[in-house]
Amino acid sequence: MMGQRLVSSLLSRCLYASHRILNPLTRQERKLGLATRISQRFSTLTAIEDPVTPPVEVKYTKLLINGQFVDAASGKTFPTLDPRTGEVIAHVAEGDSVDIDCAVKAARKAFDEGPWPKMTAYERSRILFKFADLIDEHNDELAALESWDNGKPFEQSAKEEVPLLSRTIRYYAGWADKIHGLIVPGDGAHHVQVLREPIGVAGQIIPWNFPLVMFAWKVGPALACGNTVVLKPAEQTPLTALYAAALLHEAGLPDGVLNVVSGFGPTAGSALAGHMEVDKIAFTGSTGAGKIIQELAAKSNLKSVTLELGGKSPFIVMDDANVDQAVELAHSALFHNQGQCCCAGSRTFVHERVYDEFVEKAKARALKRVVGDPFKQGVEQGPQIDEEQFSKILEYITSGIDSGATLVAGGGRAGNKGFYIQPTVFSDVKDEMTIAQEEIFGPVQTILKFKNLNEVIQRANASPYGLAAGVFTNNLNNANTLMRALRVGTVWINCYNLLDAAIPFGGYKMSGIGREKGMDSLNSYLQVKAVITPLENHAWL
Amino acid sequence: MAENGNGSVKEGFEMPEIKYTKLFINGEFVDAASGKEFETRDPRTGDVIANIAEADKVDVDLAIKAAREAFDHGPWPRMSGYERGRILHKYADLIEQHIEELAALDGIDAGKLFAFGKAVDIPGAIRMLRYYASAADKIHGETLKLNGAYQGYTLKEPIGVVGVIIPWNFPSMMFFLKVSPALAAGCTVVVKPAEQTPLSALFYAKLAKEAGIPDGALNVVNGFGPTAGAALTSHMDVDNISFTGSPEIGSVIMQSAATSNLKTVSLELGGKSPMIIFDDANLDMAVGLASAAVFFNKGEICVAGSRVYVQEGIYDEFVKKVIEVAKGWVVGDPFDPKVNMGPQVDKVQYERVLKYIEYGKRDGATLLTGGKPCGEKGYYIEPTIFADVKEDMKIAQDEIFGPVMSLIKFKTIEEAIERANCTKYGLAAGILTNDINIANRVSRSVRAGTVWINCYFVFDADAPFGGFKMSGFGRDQGMNAIEKYLQVKSVITPIYNSPWL
Repeated sequence: MMGQRLVSSLLSRCLYASHRILNPLTRQERKLGLATRISQRFSTLTAIEDPVTPPVEVKYTKLLINGQFVDAASGKTFPTLDPRTGEVIAHVAEGDSVDIDCAVKAARKAFDEGPWPKMTAYERSRILFKFADLIDEHNDELAALESWDNGKPFEQSAKEEVPLLSRTIRYYAGWADKIHGLIVPGDGAHHVQVLREPIGVAGQIIPWNFPLVMFAWKVGPALACGNTVVLKPAEQTPLTALYAAALLHEAGLPDGVLNVVSGFGPTAGSALAGHMEVDKIAFTGSTGAGKIIQELAAKSNLKSVTLELGGKSPFIVMDDANVDQAVELAHSALFHNQGQCCCAGSRTFVHERVYDEFVEKAKARALKRVVGDPFKQGVEQGPQIDEEQFSKILEYITSGIDSGATLVAGGGRAGNKGFYIQPTVFSDVKDEMTIAQEEIFGPVQTILKFKNLNEVIQRANASPYGLAAGVFTNNLNNANTLMRALRVGTVWINCYNLLDAAIPFGGYKMSGIGREKGMDSLNSYLQVKAVITPLENHAWL
Repeated sequence: MAENGNGSVKEGFEMPEIKYTKLFINGEFVDAASGKEFETRDPRTGDVIANIAEADKVDVDLAIKAAREAFDHGPWPRMSGYERGRILHKYADLIEQHIEELAALDGIDAGKLFAFGKAVDIPGAIRMLRYYASAADKIHGETLKLNGAYQGYTLKEPIGVVGVIIPWNFPSMMFFLKVSPALAAGCTVVVKPAEQTPLSALFYAKLAKEAGIPDGALNVVNGFGPTAGAALTSHMDVDNISFTGSPEIGSVIMQSAATSNLKTVSLELGGKSPMIIFDDANLDMAVGLASAAVFFNKGEICVAGSRVYVQEGIYDEFVKKVIEVAKGWVVGDPFDPKVNMGPQVDKVQYERVLKYIEYGKRDGATLLTGGKPCGEKGYYIEPTIFADVKEDMKIAQDEIFGPVMSLIKFKTIEEAIERANCTKYGLAAGILTNDINIANRVSRSVRAGTVWINCYFVFDADAPFGGFKMSGFGRDQGMNAIEKYLQVKSVITPIYNSPWL
């Protein structure tokens, strides 16, 4: 035991030392704002020269209501920006409460009069399967549009997210004809059926960080169950939802079943969440906005609400972990998608026995992260979504430095145009620091040290959030204990960000209500009706 | 009858080309090891369509070896459910491109209606395949509540090599009824089609390969029950047998499983299903459903509504109308779209049905219509109705598997229930009434695996299907069917310091 510790300690010291040679900046120097220099020296940023022209054309910019692309009633538009440059990609029709009313009316009619909920489930599934095939055919166009509007690496869009869109749609298409109610036993001579009926018109408000994946998580189960939908995409990323909705109509979706109204939260979003004719509202976004949505539902018609909100998810590295693997996984858990993931592993708890080694390697990994134009091959990190997020993240970085955390990598803007931020790592982070408590939603890793299992359980749970957690250990008992003790909706053990269609996803505590994906999501889009009738001269009960 | 052209072979129909006649083992079409072949005949004429490689034990052993290898070391059970589902969906798309050809193969091989095959049989088989393609990623184990500090869960694992033996009455539907859930579960399969209808299964084998189902995961060995069938059911390396056919053979298969490796068995066997028509039923609907229930597919269907119970208040009117309907039922070449009913599948069945008609007369039932062969060649029989049938008559007890209706009058609900259950079978039942209390009472009282109320033959991929009593056990269709092809494994490990149990 002692011997092992000694070896481990020597090893980490050795690695530490060798790294000091490569990177001889002191903590003092970094605090003096020299972080920008680090990244330039190690060129984490592939030069952001003239942005690559995205290989796609913007075809759809209007509202999609009742199967038609239409202008907003007010005639208003808003610009959607390229986060690489801050320049306008397109002007998009801006829906407000009038347009939401039109869309809800169309969805209401499509639900109340059909044909969508009156079709057989198999027929609905055939249309959704066709949609999935069309998504595959247009994979690269959708991916290019997604990366252009959002700033995420094109390879990530093309190889992971668009395929996840078609995969999720196929998953729910397959559920359509397998939605079963129960026949339940009565206490007396009664025949009791439980019908699971579509809930009606679903309002869905989705965020900008994974526009197409969020589209799939919301629209897939809602449509498979036979509902109709009014979808409000995020104002930062309105383009791909319109494109995907057009493909869904090409696949044979009847008019009015899916309506897409781009616009802003306080106008379009509020109108949808507070609408008397909307039966259900599903929202993914910030905890603050989630509260408003639930309040609007409460004040209007008590529509049912599911919320998938923020997180401050712990990533726990136990002392038996292979540090190299743990570093890589913790790195991607946080930095994936520019740190703009609700389930980002944003509190990296590392056991004290491997802490020093971990910090050094996490730093090295962050410095190696390739930041640049998302359309360039090999780029791992693009720009943040917009100026507001960009500024907010930089403020958090300042807060981290001010509160005494050690800035070991990054710490500033990358390049001088667009919304790029250096991959940033803080060590010596304490639980009470703002950067350890609030959701930064950016490429800022905060590393905390812990001593034992009980301590880390307590600290990991000491958060208003409960979305996800990562556990890195090969010790079966530790894994099992952590798995049950962490009050979060997803626990990844020796992996992270596995978001298969069949795996339910959602939060404990202020990370939300309900679950997306999997069978569980179907429940959010179904009403349960018990039907009871007496039995005469029954053969059995 | 002659004026309807009953029993004639339609001129000018082009025979589909017979492309596949060999055994399909480990992804290849091969001759039988013995080199033997058997004839498959056109029931319209009795003529030989093709010579088919005839498997015996040696070939079945090879097919099982391939399936075993594909299961133990191959990619199929190791793929994700989604990947298997994608391949099965592609398989369905390929079948869809060949609907006409496949319907024609079943038409010449089984004497089935070509138009019906195109519109219902083959699309139904495709639907079945798609249903299970989408089920492949929806097989869930469960976490458990154990009485102690333990973490427990169940894994649903594919059972292994599945042997499938299917009948000749619905060659395509039966193939996919069994093969789709087994493949979706991750099992590998050896299919023995009926020797009367070997053709479409070979075509399906070829399309399976084209869709990307790995070699060895699906094998088709045509042959006969006592040789190929017996080799499959008694094999020590087969983990499950799924059989549809007669109760006699079902019993042999179960014994064979018992004396070999105790493989799990599911049996979907015969029936003598009652159609119970109450006084308040819509008479025209009742007549239509009752005649379709027994004459459809020439009565060659295990769920045929072959005992028709009619309440006394509408009995006389029903009899009048049902005779008219039976007389208007057009018997003839299944490739003629005007035809309602083709020939019986082969000489053996044809003679068996005629023999039962003789039993009916002998035992004192009243022959209302039909009762004779029709046409000059082939195996055509007239739609036949007997009245005044008693439960102890042979025609009311045995499965005739032909277009022979037994009519029985009843007075009360109690009587109908008792007499409907007076059978060793329990596959299906029809109830015709608009009275909710009668419908609910009778549907719980009839001991049968499927009850159709004011409808009949509504088969659906999502509706489990199978029998009570000697109609068999286990269910095809629905998510229930996939369970047959899964093993359940409980995994338990201590859990320390859990905040909840």
